Amino acid sequence: MRDRTKFSILIFILIFVFIVFFKGLYKKPTYYPVSELKKIEFNKKIRTLDNQNEYSIFEITNNNFFLVNIWASWCAPCRDEHKYLVTLKKDGVDIIGINYKDKVSNAKNFLEKLGNPYKEILIDLDGTNSIELGAIGVPETFLINSDSKEIIKKYIGPIDYNKTVEILEIINEKKI
Amino acid sequence: MINQFGNYSLLAAFFLSIYLVIHLSFLNNFKNFKTKPKVIGLLSVQCFMVIVSFISLLFAFIRSDFSNETVYNNSHTTKPIFYKISGTWGNHEGSLLLWLLVLTIFLLIFIFRSNHLSKKLTNLTLLFQEVIILGFLGFIIFTSNPFSVLFPFPKEGLGLNPILQDPILAIHPPILYLGYVGTSIIFSSSLAALVSNSINKLWVLEIKKWILVSWIFLTIGIMLGSIWAYYELGWGGFWFWDPVENVSLMPWFCLTALLHSIIVLEKRNQLHSWVLILSITTFALSMSGTFLVRSGILNSIHTFANDPTRGVYILIFLLILLVISIVIYFVFKKNIPEKKIQSFLISKEITIMTNNWFMMFFLSVVLIGTIYPIFLEVLDGSKISIGPPFYHKLITPFLIIFLVFMSVGPSIKWIKDKKFKIYYDQIFLLIISLTLSYLIIIKLGQSYLFSIPLLGISFYLFFQTSKDFLKKNLNLSQKISHFGFAILILSILLNGLLSKEFSSNMKLGDERKFDNKIMQFKNLETKNYSNFKSLIGKFEIIGENNKLIFYPEIRIYNQPLTITSEADIITNFISDNFLVFNVLKEDGYFNVRYQHKPLMLWIWISVILISLGGILRLFDQNER
Repeated sequence: MRDRTKFSILIFILIFVFIVFFKGLYKKPTYYPVSELKKIEFNKKIRTLDNQNEYSIFEITNNNFFLVNIWASWCAPCRDEHKYLVTLKKDGVDIIGINYKDKVSNAKNFLEKLGNPYKEILIDLDGTNSIELGAIGVPETFLINSDSKEIIKKYIGPIDYNKTVEILEIINEKKI
Repeated sequence: MINQFGNYSLLAAFFLSIYLVIHLSFLNNFKNFKTKPKVIGLLSVQCFMVIVSFISLLFAFIRSDFSNETVYNNSHTTKPIFYKISGTWGNHEGSLLLWLLVLTIFLLIFIFRSNHLSKKLTNLTLLFQEVIILGFLGFIIFTSNPFSVLFPFPKEGLGLNPILQDPILAIHPPILYLGYVGTSIIFSSSLAALVSNSINKLWVLEIKKWILVSWIFLTIGIMLGSIWAYYELGWGGFWFWDPVENVSLMPWFCLTALLHSIIVLEKRNQLHSWVLILSITTFALSMSGTFLVRSGILNSIHTFANDPTRGVYILIFLLILLVISIVIYFVFKKNIPEKKIQSFLISKEITIMTNNWFMMFFLSVVLIGTIYPIFLEVLDGSKISIGPPFYHKLITPFLIIFLVFMSVGPSIKWIKDKKFKIYYDQIFLLIISLTLSYLIIIKLGQSYLFSIPLLGISFYLFFQTSKDFLKKNLNLSQKISHFGFAILILSILLNGLLSKEFSSNMKLGDERKFDNKIMQFKNLETKNYSNFKSLIGKFEIIGENNKLIFYPEIRIYNQPLTITSEADIITNFISDNFLVFNVLKEDGYFNVRYQHKPLMLWIWISVILISLGGILRLFDQNER
């Protein structure tokens, strides 16, 4: 009898612990990078892909919100996210591309094939501009408020459908 | 091509494993002599298959075959060949494959050594072990296949995280895994011994070797991780109570307890059920360690994957194994020999039991500190973070008592010792130790309550264990391990008490004064390497009668884009001098941090001594 009680208690504890762990696995990732909501102090003028102008990222659009997307033609996930960027452009979002460590000819081919969602593309041959913006890899997308010059949201990795919905929600809510 | 090779041999191993589980379940305890060579043959084929798939992955990494998704995610053509090789197990999929490889190899070693064990015991151990192998094969194939193919294949990979590009980290996971996997043999074999009613001397002698092997690898593995954190992360410490570090420490506490209590079982034929419980717990902790690290449930620098299906798989697998083992324990509990042997209060048995209870206490503290935040977040939604102060406050007072027992324990005899033995030299030693500690603490102006007794008893343990080398009756391995532990505690304490730090923002040509020393920023140069750009600073620290020159580095890796700081550490037997610098936003300014850390080298040396004791015992055991 005593053994049976011990056994039941043990199994009960075990199952309780496992339910908690199970729920823990599905908890929303509440971890945000430290750079969240960081003010951008990066005003350097960067040459564009067509090699005709030099802009800082804040000179390109007049919208309240815009996206900065770091991409490269050699990066496979960038290919995946590209169609979502194109739809975002159709919805009126201005996207500034930063072409990361790429060959100009490859980048142009890429855009010819898959469409060009970008308002303007800045080139980043050695990757230093992306570092200064606080990026850690490609693809990465920042949602930036032009007035406060703050990063509202930072997406590490490719954009997908859910993220486009979230981006549009943030932009529309804040406009009102 | 090579992907298919690896994938199919993994699948073959999987089906073979299913067959083996069924075959072993219906074997009639190896009564038929022909079956054992057959099982050995099948196990060898299985091991070979796993080796083939491991080598396939290795080749995919060496040849930078980016059609393989794992290689694409974790490698890059500009990476040095050494890190291409270590990249094989530096990621989730590859590390599981390594785990599986060690599992199959260990099982083969076990069966080759099993001739003197009872057939039923061998059969059951193989069965339990094969179930574990099957579970891991399923885990790899269904949730984290290292041979997923990308098409069209990319020309360049994403690169290995630069903080993982370190020679020590290349060998840290394999060593740690050898320890973890060893605990699985202990687990299977304990359950098998319970079911087959063969908890006897032969089994104890065999299992003791596995306990020693796992313990040695686990100890060295933890130390390597700690060395890596010290040299690579550049925070100037060697243990951070990070959840992932804790996860490797928990099975170590359990295994250390097991290592001591198995001696009681061997010499005095006591503690049978306690040894069994410890064996099961050790393995459960090793497995849940994998779960916690690999499922991404912990937020830590080590965790990569956040795919819940992987976590669910390990969780269910672990639940099944634990329920099975608990059921087996209660059903076959009658097989545990129950001998009512009275133990006297002052006897070796009791001191070893005391060691075990302390180990269990330390284990509980670390366990609660590690998983309580997860529980709270799930049940309540609130987030807390448990840091070093929690562990230090809870462990310190008990550590004092633990060290007292450790100092006197080993010289107490089995069964019953004389009640009150007062040795004047002991009391003399104790007084010297406490005075020494008192003088040091007073000089440093630290708080008294715990520091004086803790440091005092550590000195006492140090004197006591050094004195033990003169005695002839104790065995050498135990003396070395305990002596190593004394040095470890002493150097950790003195390191904590005597460390000094100075930090400041400086630009090229600046000079700062502190503690009668002058720090100068002399030079800064840039160098380009194949996979990173490097900024190398030159700093001089001029003291009263010595001059130290440091060349710390800031590395900007291109794949993936990461900036790391490489500290320059000047090491000698007395102290480490540690200097690291970081880029600041303002033009030309760097944050410079200098640390003086006494006795750092002794922390590593002492852990090596501790494991050396284990190795000596292992060889000693084999000769007998």
